[in-house]
Formats: sequence, structure tokens, C-alpha cells
Amino acid sequence: MNHWIIAPVVLPAVLAPFIVLAARYHIGIQRTFSVAGVLALMAIALGLVVQVSDGSILLYQLSHWAAPFGIVLVGDRLSTMMVLLTVVLALFVLLYAIGSGWDNRGRHFHALFQFQLMGILGAFLTGDLFNLFVFFEVLLIASYGLMIHAGGNARLKAGVQYVLFNLVGSTLFLFALGSIYAETGTLNMADLANRVTLIGAEETVGIRVAAVLLLLVFAIKAAVVPLHFWLPSSYAEAPAPVAALFAIMTKVGAYAIIRVYTMIFPPDLQATAGLHDLWLLPAALVSLAIGMVGVLAARRLDRLVAFSVIGSMGMVMVAISLFTPAGIAAALYYIVHSTLAGAALFLISDLVRTGRANLELTPQPPFGGLALTAGLFFAGAIAMAGLPPLSGFLGKLLVLDAAIGSDLVVWIWVIVLVSSLIGIVGFARAGSMVFWKSHGEAASEVASAMTRPAVLSYVAAGGLISLLVANTVFAGQMHAYTTTMAAELFAPQPYISTVVDTPGKLSKPKEGL
Amino acid sequence: MSLFLIVALPFFGALLPGLMNSAGRSACAGVTFTVSLAAFVGLLTNLPSVLSGDVVMARVDWMPALGLNFTLMLDGLGFFFALLILGIGLLIIAYARHYLSRDDNMGEFFTYLLLFQGAMVGIVLSDNILLLLIFWELTSLSSFLLIGYWKHLPEGRQGARMALVVTGTGGLAMIGGMLILGQIVGSYDLSVILANRDLIQADPLYVPALILILLGCFTKSAQFPFHFWLPHAMAAPTPVSAYLHSATMVKAGLFLMARMWPVLSGTPEWFMIVTTAGLVTMVLAAVIALFKHDLKALLAFSTVSHLGLITMLLGTGTAFGAMAAMFHILNHATFKAALFMSAGIVDHEAHTRDIRRLGGLRTLMPVTFVIVTLAALSMAGIPLLNGFLSKEMMLEEATHTTLFGMPWLVPALATFGSLFSAAYCFRLIGHVFLGPVRNDYPAKPHDPGAGLWLPPAILVVFVVGIGIAPFLAEPFVKLVTASVLGGEAEVPKAYFKIWHGLVPALFMSIAAVVGGLLLMAVYNPALRLWDAAPRPEAKVIFEAIVEAVARLARRLILPLHNGAFTRYAVIGAIAIVAAGLHAWISGTAAAPTRTMQPATPIAIAGWLMLVGATCGLVLMHRDRLLSLILIGIVGLMVSIGFAFFSAPDLAMTQFTVEVVTIILLLLALNFLPKRTPVESSVLRRVRDAGVAIAGGLATFTLAYHYLLRDAIGTPISEFHLANSYKGGGGTNVVNVILVDFRGFDTYGEIIVLGIAALLIYALTETLLRGPVRARLLNRKPDQPRAGDMHPMMMVVLTRVVMPVVLMVGFYIFLRGHNEPGGGFIAGLIVSIAVVMQYMASGFAWTSARLKYPYHGVIGAGVLIAGLTGIGSWFVGKPFLTSDFTYVRIPPFQEFELATAALFDLGVFLSVVGAVMLSLESFSRLARRADETDSEYPMDIDPSRDNPPPDAVQPARESV
Repeated sequence: MNHWIIAPVVLPAVLAPFIVLAARYHIGIQRTFSVAGVLALMAIALGLVVQVSDGSILLYQLSHWAAPFGIVLVGDRLSTMMVLLTVVLALFVLLYAIGSGWDNRGRHFHALFQFQLMGILGAFLTGDLFNLFVFFEVLLIASYGLMIHAGGNARLKAGVQYVLFNLVGSTLFLFALGSIYAETGTLNMADLANRVTLIGAEETVGIRVAAVLLLLVFAIKAAVVPLHFWLPSSYAEAPAPVAALFAIMTKVGAYAIIRVYTMIFPPDLQATAGLHDLWLLPAALVSLAIGMVGVLAARRLDRLVAFSVIGSMGMVMVAISLFTPAGIAAALYYIVHSTLAGAALFLISDLVRTGRANLELTPQPPFGGLALTAGLFFAGAIAMAGLPPLSGFLGKLLVLDAAIGSDLVVWIWVIVLVSSLIGIVGFARAGSMVFWKSHGEAASEVASAMTRPAVLSYVAAGGLISLLVANTVFAGQMHAYTTTMAAELFAPQPYISTVVDTPGKLSKPKEGL
Repeated sequence: MSLFLIVALPFFGALLPGLMNSAGRSACAGVTFTVSLAAFVGLLTNLPSVLSGDVVMARVDWMPALGLNFTLMLDGLGFFFALLILGIGLLIIAYARHYLSRDDNMGEFFTYLLLFQGAMVGIVLSDNILLLLIFWELTSLSSFLLIGYWKHLPEGRQGARMALVVTGTGGLAMIGGMLILGQIVGSYDLSVILANRDLIQADPLYVPALILILLGCFTKSAQFPFHFWLPHAMAAPTPVSAYLHSATMVKAGLFLMARMWPVLSGTPEWFMIVTTAGLVTMVLAAVIALFKHDLKALLAFSTVSHLGLITMLLGTGTAFGAMAAMFHILNHATFKAALFMSAGIVDHEAHTRDIRRLGGLRTLMPVTFVIVTLAALSMAGIPLLNGFLSKEMMLEEATHTTLFGMPWLVPALATFGSLFSAAYCFRLIGHVFLGPVRNDYPAKPHDPGAGLWLPPAILVVFVVGIGIAPFLAEPFVKLVTASVLGGEAEVPKAYFKIWHGLVPALFMSIAAVVGGLLLMAVYNPALRLWDAAPRPEAKVIFEAIVEAVARLARRLILPLHNGAFTRYAVIGAIAIVAAGLHAWISGTAAAPTRTMQPATPIAIAGWLMLVGATCGLVLMHRDRLLSLILIGIVGLMVSIGFAFFSAPDLAMTQFTVEVVTIILLLLALNFLPKRTPVESSVLRRVRDAGVAIAGGLATFTLAYHYLLRDAIGTPISEFHLANSYKGGGGTNVVNVILVDFRGFDTYGEIIVLGIAALLIYALTETLLRGPVRARLLNRKPDQPRAGDMHPMMMVVLTRVVMPVVLMVGFYIFLRGHNEPGGGFIAGLIVSIAVVMQYMASGFAWTSARLKYPYHGVIGAGVLIAGLTGIGSWFVGKPFLTSDFTYVRIPPFQEFELATAALFDLGVFLSVVGAVMLSLESFSRLARRADETDSEYPMDIDPSRDNPPPDAVQPARESV
């Protein structure tokens, strides 16, 4: 029995209560265990990626019940890549939290951090829709805890909006699950994929509504306009390392859409034709536009970054909503980029805050570590705005290339290119205000006592930037891998049969159908 | 040297200046120079193969699936530009070493400069148009840094942003154009594209691609109407201006037009757009240049004008035009770089660049004077200097060009532009160097050290050399022209010589020079006329546009995202209902497969209660206590509903959850106003009501639809029903599902519960450290308090009941696997037993008797559940696999032992811990408030007032 695939869920789930139980007053112990845990997770994630690199599907039947009766975890190229991405991000975020001392400004940071990881990793690995709901709950509640970590009025207020909007999402998720179960009698994704094909043309209302509701749930997580309203203030107000970790949370929504709408409700499924294929792409384009216009509009650096996250999610969603192998491959490449770039920018804006007391985009005297922070910001902004040479540009090219053949190709090209321009203007204005205009201001008394961010903070932020560089240099390999992944997603039969045909306790394959 | 190395050297070398910064300015400039020199020499090693007409190629796959590969190509054209970039770059580096002051961060400067150099070399050596795009945008970025190098100058920042925005816009347009081009040809490799002229020009997408690519070229090369950014980029240090605007960045657009010449040129569209833009730019910029008083601004506009000239030549689409363009690029690079550097020298020595404050420098700065005079006369088109030759060729070409059907138009405008061009050159010499020596210079001017004048002097050698002996440059220019033409046209036979005979071009040239001299004679009246004429100020317009866009963005985004949650929710709800409705309408529905159940009086009564309570809640929600009670009714009815539908487990769970929730909410309400204030207008409430009703109706319709229809296949619950005893060892299917079939879900959910409790705790902690603490301390209860907070009756009762409740909890826990019950319900029941003690005797008294902190209880619960799951690994089974066996310990009957019970214990502990930690957190709020703690179980205690002699005082433990 190979238990590797459940380790990403169980390890943080054991580590977190252990920290609560045994080390809740000792920040040093918490840090040690937290970092050790993430390092172990990284090794595990790498192992998983290697295991599936030949196209094999890892199946894990929890409680040894076969699908669809029990819950299964499934590892394929896509889910293991997302796991690895999450863990790598988590390591740098954790280092930053430790370096900047954010983890010590409130209670239970490390426990919540581990629980958060458990939720995200579980969501990527599960093969069961209801279990996905459970992991969504875990990551939601843990993220809420992390978001309001260290308190403060503005943060608490933003936190309330965040949790309320996402509770609406959870409720909708339950509605969607109820609909799907009522319609098909199953919750296992692979089994669902088999069963929806049995639905005849005379009775499609139920499955159509269910498919749409489920998509909307994921769209809330992915912050697709007009369901994105929870994002700007909560990401901007969240402690920087938390906001950086959240860069992967929107990707959970994107991942779920990719998984469900290529396997269960693929574009060629008649019963659900003419739904999301109709309106998801326009919504994604609007998200992209709103996000980048928000970059220009923002009055504070952290909100600017938050809007850029919406924009880059819009870009991911544009690529996804093409629902072609090329589009999905581009989306997956862009997901990696967007996660790293968004996280890096949140960390960098916190580096600014360390020396500058606030993030208002107004001229202020020079602050500690200005030159290095400015360099990092320049790189991060280039990545986010999609300028060469970093992976944002390559991702953009991939998306534009994949869009050829779509009915809306002109719209996609125009909006993608114009919104990048708006983003460039926004980033250039903000950057020159924060990093250049300060040179024109007289250094005040406060400036002499300014604080420089810790070295570890720079290591974390710089580490994310260097990952972006790696994602650029090895773009060919990455893209080849995501292309393989996309091909795998559009030919899900091995996945489905592995899940459905593997017998478990007291069951022979195909019994439930 | 490998082409990769030539491109990579400046990029990797860019690390060095920053590293060497502290080693001194000379060391810093030295490494930069060495890096550039290495690349330059590397380029020269490829000279033989270029001269022999070979194309040097180098290729590494990058993203083959996209068609983006690291493919480099060195032909005559690329070699020519790379030579200019690296060669002039060397001079600039030497010059900058002496130009920059001690206050400037030299490492930073040279880092940017090398990045820029690398990007430029990349552009001219790219064989892949996507790769070219990357280098293209890199030049925009690195020039942004270079122009904004003097961060303290507002002009520098604005100029840098303007350059970035304008050239960035063009770059983005070019992305579109290049992608279209690649789609037409099926490859992004230049060598393939250049061989497909007919395919491209026949394609319906040719015109869009052309326009998009030209947008990129025109913005980069500052062609009208995108010319305005270039003069403002002059805020950069002079070495930057000299480099960017003579030899490199602005020539990138020209380079690309030349590179694409074989496939894009020759069509009416190309001719119309390019020639017109070039002509307009040439004339307009020449006129503006004449009236600029800033030396660098004058040079900037003259650069724009010359770029227009070259663009026009490329636009004609003839081989001769292309050759003239290439020749003029070479000539312009030499004299313009020299002029910029000289302007820097004047600025450096006289501390001003304002022509009106200069004059008479001839005797004070003789060396500079000679350099400027030669370069400027070349620019004016005076014979024996290189500018004359290419200008003659331009005028010659102009006489053969017919635009808009008017054969005189192009020659006339070209002459007119040359006239102004000559005039500003004369002004440059006359107003700066000639005339009387003044005594009001900001600083006493004198010739600089050789470090500053040598680099421009070297360039002037070329100016004069080519001017006198044009045949020296001829083979090289023809080689370059041949690679521009790419076999689409023959290289012209024309020879480069000073005297062509009495051709029209000569007369035009003479007219221009004479006219220029005449214009200088009437300069002052002309200037007054110019100053009086209204003209648009590009920078003001640009800034206004950007500001307007930013304002618009703010007006669009900020009010929409101002944190009004109701609006967010309304928009979200409408979107969800609309999407659902669309799916509903566009689908098909068949007849129901199930029949309605009969409505019994009991069901109707329950339904009425639910509806009544809900309506009451809506109407009376402002009274918070009342709404809590009504919520309680709803919860109870739901529990009864579960019982009615034969789900006793759910009913019990719901019931206990209700109890605990109400208690917690009561505690929370204690700190809130008793009434919800009215905060929204009637109109808004009507809107909200509409949305809510729509949502409710949608939910109802869905539920109604699904309840009347069977699933498409057998629901998985059938399997659970059939196998719960056989496989899970329990007859209570719900419990077996919870701890076995879907134990993993439960595992997740107890974690959610635990996190929620930790969260409430952490939240309270932070609240109590913040301003809330003060508010709580000063809080006055808004209702009269009962004097007896811990009534004796209640204390006694809860103590008596406690063991009973605990026993019930224990029982429920144990029977769970087979009968309704289980760890979750048991946990809630036990919590209620403890909560009762809190309620009866207060927080302090109860906590003092508490041995286990609730954090730990939660942690232990989650750990036990997790470890139970892990336990199955040791018998080679997946996580959470249950096992059970029947044992008999005399004198008891045989009973079942299941691992699931251990898991259930984890659930139990988590629930207890979570509920109690939440309660404790709320109570902590209370303790900060007005409430006094008592260490006694009850306020009025007869035994305390009159203690029996052997009674022991309760232990006073601090909490």
C-alpha cells in the first residue's frame, strides 16, 4: 500500500493539532515544526510528481471503500503539479512570515498555516465532489483565521466581508452538490463523468442548473467578475505573507473548473452545451479588464496588487474558458506564473511597508532597503504586467496563441493587450511614486530611524522572483509538461477507469451503476 | 564568437558594475567597457563570414510548441546595427565615466546601460520574431530605467513613464502584428517569414498585421504622431541621450522596418503609411527643432526629423531608397552621437544648455567647437561631410516619389525639411559658438579633459572620412542593403560619390542650404512669429490623457469596490440567479418520475410553524433577542422535520447544535445593542427584498424539481445501506457513513470546527488588545441586571443534573455505531453539561475547576482522529480503514470493539473542545466588561454566610 498521496493532507493535519497541543506558547518550536513540515511536504510533493510523470494515475481509497461509495484521492499530473506549486509557495511564504515576524503578531499562526495547507492540498488531491466541499471549508475557515491574524479594525472589517461572501459560496456549493446528487446519485467525479453521459436530451434542466451552480461556486473562488468583490479588500488587508499564500487560493477555483469542466462536463457534452461555453469567456475578459483598470485606479500599493491578482486570474480564466487543449495548457502555465508573481508582489509591498509605515501612493521620504526593494518590485511588476522577459509575457503569448480559432479572438487579443498596457501604466505610476519620487522628498527625522526588512524577508521575496525566472528559462519544458497535462485532461478515460474500476472493500467494480 | 555569447555578454556583464560599484568609478566603468569590448570583438570575429555573404545562425529551442525559439541570425543588416550599438556603446561608456558626477550611482547606471545594450543587440540579431519582441520590450524597460535614472528630477520620472507608455503601447500592438504574421506563414522564424512575401501580401490579414507592426516601429522611432516622447526622454543624463537617440533605441524601429522590408514593403498600404508618416515627421520636427532653445531639445527634434527622413526612404519601397536609408542611418549615428556628447560637454562646462544663455564659446572651447561644427555641418548637408552624401541620395529618391498623385509634393517637402534642417544646424553653430564672448555664463566654460572630447572626436573622424572618401563606405553599405532587400530586389548600381553632376538633387540641396542661411538671418522675427502661434504641447496633452484615464479608472473602480457588502451580495445573487435561470430556460424537462407525498396535518402544521417563524423573523429582525428565539423555532422545526423523515441522527444533531448555538449567540448578543439600527433606505430594502425573493423562488423551484425526480443511476446510499453492517460493523448507517464510509469528510469537518474555535479565541485575543478593550471596560449595560447572577436553584440543579447529562452523553457515544447517536452528538451533549456549570456559577468559578485547556482538547481530538486513521497504515490498509471485532469479557455480554469508535472519540473531543473554547472566548469578553467575577459557585449561599466550623474556603486560583 502506497500512502504517499495522502501524506500532503495528513502531515499538516497532524502537525497543526500537535502545535496547538504541545507548543502553543513557544514560537520557536512552532517555527521549527512548521518549516520542517513544509520541507517534508516538498519532498513528498516532488515524489508524487515523479510518480505520475509517466502518466500513471495514483488512486487512494480512503477507509478502503471503492469509488463511488467511499472517498478517493487521485493523483495525476495536474493535481500533483498543483500540490508542488502550493508547497513551494508555502515554503517561501513561511520564511517570510518568520523573517518579518508576522507569525508572532497574533495567536496560532503556524497551526492555522498548516491547516490552510491541508485544505488546499486536499482540494487538489480529492476525487470526490463532497470531499472537495469539505476541503473548501477547511481552507476557507483557516484562511479567515489567517486573514484576521494580528487584528486591527480595517482587517477585521475586510475579514467579515471575506468570510460572508465565501459562506454564500459554500451555501451555493451545497445547493450544487444537492442538485448533482439528486440528478445522478453520486458524488465521485469519475463516476459522475460516466453518469452524466447517460442523461438524455429530453431531461437536461437538472444537470444544466447543477453544472452552472457548481461553476459559479468555483468562479467565486477564482474571483471571476462579478463574483470577485470579496477579493480586493481582503487580500489588501490580510497580513502580507497570508495574502501571498492566498495567491494559490484563487487557483483552487481555477483548478476545480479545469478538473470538473474537462472531465465531468466536457465541452462536447450535449446536455450542458450552450452554458458556460457561452458566458464564461466574456466574464473572464471583464475580470481581466477590471483587474488591470483597478491597478491603475488603486490608491494603495496593496490594493493595487490585489487588483492585479484579479486581472491575472482573469487571464487564467480567459485561457481556461477556451476549453481547448491549447487553452488549458496555456492556463496551467499561466497559473504557475500568476501564483508566484502575485505572491512575490504581496511580499514586496510588505517590504515597502516595513520601512514606510503605510502603502499610500503618495510621495514620502526614502525608506529602509529602498534600492533592493525597488529592484524586486520592478521584477515583480514586469512579471505581473506581462512584460518580457519574465514568464508573464510568455504566458500571455501562449494565451493569445491559444485564442486563435475562438469566435471571440479579436476581443481576446484587444482586451488582453490593452489591459496589459493599462497595467503597465498603473505599475509604472505606482512604482515611480513609491521608489523614485521619494528621492525628491527631504528625508525627515523619522527616516534616520527607519527599519530595514530582515534578510530572510528578502530571501523569501527574492526566492519567488527567482522561481519566476526559472519558470521563464524552462518555459519550454514547463509548457511541454502542461501540454501533456492538458492532453491527459481531455482524454480522461484512464483517470475514470482507474477510479471506478479499482475494487475496494466488499465491492466489485461497476456495482453501483 | 558564438552569437549567443555576444547577446549574453552584456546581460551577464550587467551584474558586474553593481558589484564593482564600491571599487571606484574607474573600476566600475572599466568592467563595463571590458564587457562591451568583449562583445564588440566577438562581433568582429564574425566579420569575415558576413563579408562573404554568409548568414551566421545559432539556435536553441526554448518553447518549440509556441514557435518561440532562441534563434539568432547575423547577416549584413544585423552586423551593421550590432556594430553601431556596440561601437558607439564603447564610446558612450568612456564618455559617461567622465560625465557622471560623484553623486551619481555609477554602478546602477552602467547596469542599466548594459541591460539596454544587450536588449538592443538581441533585437538586431534575433531570427525569431517572438524573441525579437522580447528584446524589443526589454529595450523599453531598460530605457525606462535609464531615462528615469535621475530619480529626483520630476522631468526624468515623467519622461521615463512617457517613453515606457508610448513605446510599450507600440510593443503591445506589435505583439498582435507578429502573431498574425506568424499565423499567416506558419512560423515565427524570420528566415521563413522573409521567404514568403507573396503569401503574406495576399493574405487578408496583411493590412492589420502591417498596421500593428508599424505602430510598434513608429512609436519606437518617434514617428508622427508618436514623436512627442523622445524630446522628453532628454531628461536623462546626456550619455543616455547620446546612446539611445543616435545609434540605438530609436533606430530599432527603423531596423525592424528594414528587416521586414522584403515582405511588408512594396504595397500601396506600406508606401502610403510609411512615406507619409516619415515625410510629416521630417518636416514637422525640423521646424520645431529650429525654435528649441535647449541644446538637447534641439538635437532631440533634429533626431526625430532625421528618423522621419529615413522612414520616408524606407517607405518608398525602392532598392535605392533602402540603400539611402541604410547609408543615412550610418551617417546619422556618427554625427548625432558626436553632437549629443558635445551638448553634454557644453552643459557640463557651462552649466547650462540654454542656447539663449550661450554664445561665443568658439574661443573658450575650441576643441568642442571644431567637433560640433564638423558634425553639425554634416547634418546640414554640406559637401565633404558624410551627411551631404546621404542627404543627396534622399533628395534624389524624393524626386522619383509621387505621393497622392502629386509628383512635386515629396521633393518640395523634402527640400523644405532640409532647409529647416540646415537652419537649425547653423543656429547650433552660430548661437552657441560664434558671436561675442559673454560674461554671464553660469560657469566659466573651458574645454574638458580628453575623456569627454575624445569619444565625439573619434566619431567626427568617421564623419569627415566618409564624407571625403565615400567609396570606403560603399561596399559595406551595399552589403547591408543587399541583406535588407533579401533578394526581393537588385542592389542599385549607383556609386557613392561627392559629385553626381548637375542633378535636381544638387539644386534642391543648394536651395536648402541657402534657404537655411537666409532663415537664420531672419531668425528673431521668425521666433516671435513661432512663439505667437498657438501649438499643442504634447506633454501636457499626454499627461492630461493619462490623468483622465486614471481618474476614469478611479471613478469606475473605487465606488464599485468601496466595501458595501450588500451591494456585493446583490450583484453576486443576481448573477447567480441569472446564470441559473439561463441554464433552466435553455434546458429540457420531462415529466416527474415520483408522485407527491400526501400532506398530513402534522406536516402542514410544521410547515406553517416554519413559514410563520421565518416571516416573523423577516418582520421583526430588528429586535435581536426576538429574532434569536425565532431562529430557535426554525431550528427546532428543522430537527422535527428530520425526525419526521426518519433521520433520528440528524434530528438529534440538529437539536443539540441548536441548543449550543443559541447559548453562544445569547452570549454574543450580550455585547451588542438590543436592536438593529435602520441603516438603509426603503428603496434599497425593496431592492434587497426583490433579490431575496428571486433567490428564494429559484431555490424552491430547484428543490421542487429534484424532489420529484429520480436520479439517473442508483444512488450510492443504496450501497451504504446494504453494507453498513457487513463492512462497517454498525447498523446505524448514518454513523457508519460518518466514521467509516465517509470518515474522511468527518475528519475534515472536525478540523473545520476546531479551527473555528481557535479562530474565535484568536479573534478575542486581538480584540482585547485593541480599542475594543477600552470600550468594554467603559460599557454600561443597557438593561437592568438581576441582582442574583448565580441563583442558588440553578446552581444546585445543574450540579445534580451534570452527572446525568454526562452519563447520557457517554451512552449516546457508545450506542452511536448501531443506534442513533455518536461522537458528534455526544460531544455536544457533554458540552451542554459543562456550559450549564458556566451559566450557573460563572466563568471564574468554573474555569478554576478545569484541568484541561480547551486548545489541548481540540488538538487531542484532531490528533486522535488522525492517528486512528494512520493506524490502519500499520496493517497495510488505507487511511481510516476501519476494523471491528466482537469480544466478550465476563461477566458482560459479547460486545463490539471498532476502530471507528476511536475515531469517534476524536470527533467527540474536538466537538467538546471547540464548543467550550468558543464559549470561553465569549466569556473573556464579558470578564473585561462590567461583570464582576466571583470565586463562589453562587451569589447567595447560606452556608458561606454561616459556615460550619470545618468548612474549607474554596481554593482561590488565579486564572
